[in-house]
Amino acid sequence: MPTRRKLAVPTAAFALAAGLTGAAHAQQKTVIEFWHGLPQPLGGQLEQVVKGFNDSQDKVQVNPTFKGSYPETMQAAIAAFRAGNAPHVVQMFEVGTATMLSAGPAIKPVHQLMSETGSGFDAAAYIPAVRGYYSSKDGKMMALPFNSSTTITFYNKDAFQKAGLDPNKPPATWPEVADAARKLKAAGVTCPMTFSWPTWTQFEQVGSLHDKPFASEANGFGGLGATLKINDPFFVKHLQTLIDLQKEGALRYGGRDNAADSLFPSGECAMIQASSGLRGRIVKEATFAWGAAPLPYWPDAISSPKNSIIGGAAFWVMTSPKRTADEYKAVAAFFSHLARPEVDAKWHMDTGYVPVTLQGFELAKKEGFYEKNPGAEVPAVQLTRTATTENTMGLRLGNLPEIRNIIQEEMERAFQGQQTAQQALDNAVKRGDTVLRNFERANKN
Amino acid sequence: MQRRVIFDNRALPYLLLAPQVAVTLVFFIWPAAQALWQSVHLQDAFGLRSQFVGFENFAAVLSDPNYLQTVETTIVFSVSVTVLSLASALGLAVLADSKIRAAAAYKTLLIWPYALAPAVAAVLWMFIFNPDIGILGRALNDLGYAWDYRLNDGQALTMVILAASWKQVSYNFIFFLAGLQAIPRSVLEAASIDGAGAVRRFWTITFPLLSPTTFFLLVVDVVYAFFETFGTIHALTHGGPGKATETLIFRVYQDGVVNHDLGGSSAQSVILMVIVIALTAIQFRFVERKVHYS
Repeated sequence: MPTRRKLAVPTAAFALAAGLTGAAHAQQKTVIEFWHGLPQPLGGQLEQVVKGFNDSQDKVQVNPTFKGSYPETMQAAIAAFRAGNAPHVVQMFEVGTATMLSAGPAIKPVHQLMSETGSGFDAAAYIPAVRGYYSSKDGKMMALPFNSSTTITFYNKDAFQKAGLDPNKPPATWPEVADAARKLKAAGVTCPMTFSWPTWTQFEQVGSLHDKPFASEANGFGGLGATLKINDPFFVKHLQTLIDLQKEGALRYGGRDNAADSLFPSGECAMIQASSGLRGRIVKEATFAWGAAPLPYWPDAISSPKNSIIGGAAFWVMTSPKRTADEYKAVAAFFSHLARPEVDAKWHMDTGYVPVTLQGFELAKKEGFYEKNPGAEVPAVQLTRTATTENTMGLRLGNLPEIRNIIQEEMERAFQGQQTAQQALDNAVKRGDTVLRNFERANKN
Repeated sequence: MQRRVIFDNRALPYLLLAPQVAVTLVFFIWPAAQALWQSVHLQDAFGLRSQFVGFENFAAVLSDPNYLQTVETTIVFSVSVTVLSLASALGLAVLADSKIRAAAAYKTLLIWPYALAPAVAAVLWMFIFNPDIGILGRALNDLGYAWDYRLNDGQALTMVILAASWKQVSYNFIFFLAGLQAIPRSVLEAASIDGAGAVRRFWTITFPLLSPTTFFLLVVDVVYAFFETFGTIHALTHGGPGKATETLIFRVYQDGVVNHDLGGSSAQSVILMVIVIALTAIQFRFVERKVHYS
């Protein structure tokens, strides 16, 4: 009994303290939990943006927490939701969009949040390629776009010079890329070219640029019944080209996801197709002259390429049984701050992500950012150069992270010579469709 | 009768047992029951909709050729890790047990790797073998040997086997060393006097007398290779290239945590549970017969 009494005192004290702090918070500020998946230095820059909001008013306190990589943040948010403890706002990478959309009551669509709380919100302020990715079938914005990127080419001007290539004229088409890679190899460059995010750069973007479907049902926007289309002869030919270049030693497969990123700033590889978000790192680490160029295209498939699609992440509002109207209002205030063109333009200029609003893009132009930083406009120009078609709006496929992995696995087998390009993509389609059917089954009401 | 007298309170023995029972219930029985329940259901990622599907998840897993390949990879991986870590630990223990200078230093150094977390160990291996940033990886490529475990099944599998075995050698070493020290010197000396050489003494005396230790380590190592090598594989290869280094436990994680397929992942957990129970039962039933407990 004495033991029990001793225990009871601190417990009561703790409960009291917890009650007091709870009451104190309620009187002062509404606290919003915000989980993000950006490692340093980007994570610190994002936290600065949050701090800017916290300092700009005295009603809401947003607490940013780093939860690991994008997939890890997604897993954490889902696990928290299942435990009834979801954060107010979570940053989710673009391939998680379909999963979030099918989450139904687990999320609160942004358009609904903004109209319920009476906050002004104009979806048309966003760049179409960005808006399309995060909109529902009837064009309503489901998440708040924030850090969007796209894929571009970075190339080493010093290496180009060494190989007798014009450092101010990067290759614009795939045949030119192949030619340049061979010349670089002949000049003694051990890694003429590489690419990170293999599925994103070599299939999702290549499909969009050439107006070719990645999947049926308008890349999944039309419904859960979509099937993959990447075993089309066009994609087979593209993969075959990559395999051939790799065999010749003109291309290096740098590994899954963004593992290849480090190969460019270190000077190892002379060309890389990677996220425009890599720019910041290259600026900091590269000790050679470099340039940025749009992605190459196949001139026999399209005369002038379409817009590329986005990557990166958006902010989603999650629900929880404990949410109050005040908390939603606080989230809306946070989102209104993030949607301001100044915030967008500053984020874009600080990081290498693209501006997500048209006004943000204009603002960056007005400030002379692109004159001072040649090549920094390439991603935004590439994203906005054409009107979006159903093949260039982005992808809306369930469990897309898993499909990306499947495609990477099949590519790796093809690069090792274990299967042909056709077999690799047939397998990828077969396995990917199984994933899509399972998602359809699990999410049909 | 005799034992009951020790506790004058009837509730006390149950109370003393309670923490262990609670731990078993919370950390083993409850999750296992959940896995069983999940394995016959189909659920979306957020747990909002769930339907009973019978054995569909099991059928899907067992008819997937990639799963069967993963089973094969797991067998190769587990047998290699077990054999390699047992054999090298035994060899090292015998050497460290002999009369050499600075034996204590060797022993300490050999036990060290056990203190490393699997992921940390894997990062160390990466710094050695990565073809771009690894010391040895670069050297191999400079010497003209095309080393790239990101794109070569055999190299990738060899590397994760080596890394996983290395991690377990220390543990086996401690037990073998203790086992060796428990062998009565008089028996070995008697054999020496009878004219038995070192090799003969090892195989006819040391090895049989070590068998309880070896058997125990065999069970532990198989379980290690099956379940605890996840961190190593995750940090080094992510199961790639292709699916070359994907083991059963890695796939459970991949399907359940990354791909949000809880039904399929749980079905695999149940299969894995059955396999390990069967393996352990076989080991106790057949291998233990050959073990000499003194």
